[in-house]
Amino acid sequence: MEGVSYSYGEELLSELDVSISQGSFYFLTGPSGSGKTTFLKMCYGSLIPTSGKLSVFGKNSSGWSRDEIAYLRRKIGVVHQDCQFLDHLNVADNIALPIRVSARNSLSDSVNLKELLNWVGLYHRSQALPPELSGGERQRAALARAIIMSPDIILADEPTGNIDWEMSQRLIRLLIELNQMGKTVVIATHDLNLIRFTKASVQARVLRISNKTIQLAGSDL
Amino acid sequence: MARLKNILLPDRYINQVVPTNGFTTHLTFFTSAAMAFLIVFSLAISFAADRLAQNWSDSLANSATLRVSAPLAGLESQTEAALNVLSNTKGIKSFRLLKAEEQQALLEPWFGPKVPISNLPMPRLISIEEDENGYDRVGLKLRLAAEVPSAVLDDHTRWREPLLKAAYRIWFLGWLSIGLVFFIVISMMSIVTRAALSSNKKVIEVLRLVGATDQYIAAAFVRKFAFRAFFGSMLGAFGASMMLFLLPSEADQTVILAGVRLEGFEWSWLIVVPLSFFVFTFLTARIASLSILRYLT
Repeated sequence: MEGVSYSYGEELLSELDVSISQGSFYFLTGPSGSGKTTFLKMCYGSLIPTSGKLSVFGKNSSGWSRDEIAYLRRKIGVVHQDCQFLDHLNVADNIALPIRVSARNSLSDSVNLKELLNWVGLYHRSQALPPELSGGERQRAALARAIIMSPDIILADEPTGNIDWEMSQRLIRLLIELNQMGKTVVIATHDLNLIRFTKASVQARVLRISNKTIQLAGSDL
Repeated sequence: MARLKNILLPDRYINQVVPTNGFTTHLTFFTSAAMAFLIVFSLAISFAADRLAQNWSDSLANSATLRVSAPLAGLESQTEAALNVLSNTKGIKSFRLLKAEEQQALLEPWFGPKVPISNLPMPRLISIEEDENGYDRVGLKLRLAAEVPSAVLDDHTRWREPLLKAAYRIWFLGWLSIGLVFFIVISMMSIVTRAALSSNKKVIEVLRLVGATDQYIAAAFVRKFAFRAFFGSMLGAFGASMMLFLLPSEADQTVILAGVRLEGFEWSWLIVVPLSFFVFTFLTARIASLSILRYLT
């Protein structure tokens, strides 16, 4: 990002200059309403900066067509706090959704859905409908869906907001594991315990958004 | 071609992406059934009017009637003279003096069966049938005026033209109705597509989040509507054809709607109508959904 600003009528983010390198682990912190979600939405093309230059995979956001945004989202896994699912499809079908919408006809042989369900500990719940899942199960299902396309970047917006500490630790361990596989992970959170827990296992950096700007936080966190 | 294949071939998954229990899919099915029923019925009426016009045209086109009305004393001689003129006219295949019973039969609808026609000063009627080349109408009229001044040649034009016009109007109204029904189908599909997309905003949001293009999302909705419209219109067309079977046949001229039916190749419309519904619904839903998705954020 170079001088990126975003305004919802009133300016929320101003002149952001950030560069996130491949394979890094970042936390995005800041008070509620400071613009963390807006920052992430700009990264996956849901919002386009009102000014400045945002490049993802070397491509400037100002030139993104609607189809390009769709293709971009296949390379970026997104996990939301409210984990949106298609409630009429079971967990396995929801997790396989990114593959289906990109390839249409069948699951790729390279993607082993069973293995993925086992990895997030949801194999026994694969036929359940999303409303039947607990908060932690929903978050893990959302993570599985986010990574099924083997994306280079994983963006998580308050992924532990609705789950207990034990489940939060379990989820963050999965994200650390993904980072160790070379994936870039960016997590928006205001949970300092979670950041401390993560920093004990992986070299994570913290970006703090306040007063419309973004800064790299020190080692006090 | 690949896009068309994706749309037409069964794809269990894309069919599941959009929930099936929405009122819009039921509305599409039943409205298509009703509209297809109306279209097939309008087609049958149009075709019946066309056949009727053709029959009238054929039966009256090559015939004429010569009416000789003279005082009783000179009626026989005038009739003889008229017959003589006709026998010397080129282009006439045959002519025949109508018998008293035949004339009585013609008057029966107006005066009843027991009219003493022989006591009335009735004109004599000569039925004329022309050959394939036809005769010179103006020349014949001039000769008759000179030799049989009491004779009037009626080539049925004044009867045929209003009948043909009426049949043409029915035919035209039938096709106009079909056009209007398709207009309603297109309008309905625009509204239904808009309603379906609005009531499935969450589905669209999730699909976009996982990288679905607008084409994919539109296809998921369009397939659903196009196939519902196709099967609904098949049901409607089948119902209309059953109704046509129950209508009285052409032979029973005393009943209204006699002869309203499909014949020969006209039955192929039972396939053409559902296919047209599929195409119209597909195109309308696709255009509508893509334009709505463009503005739906």
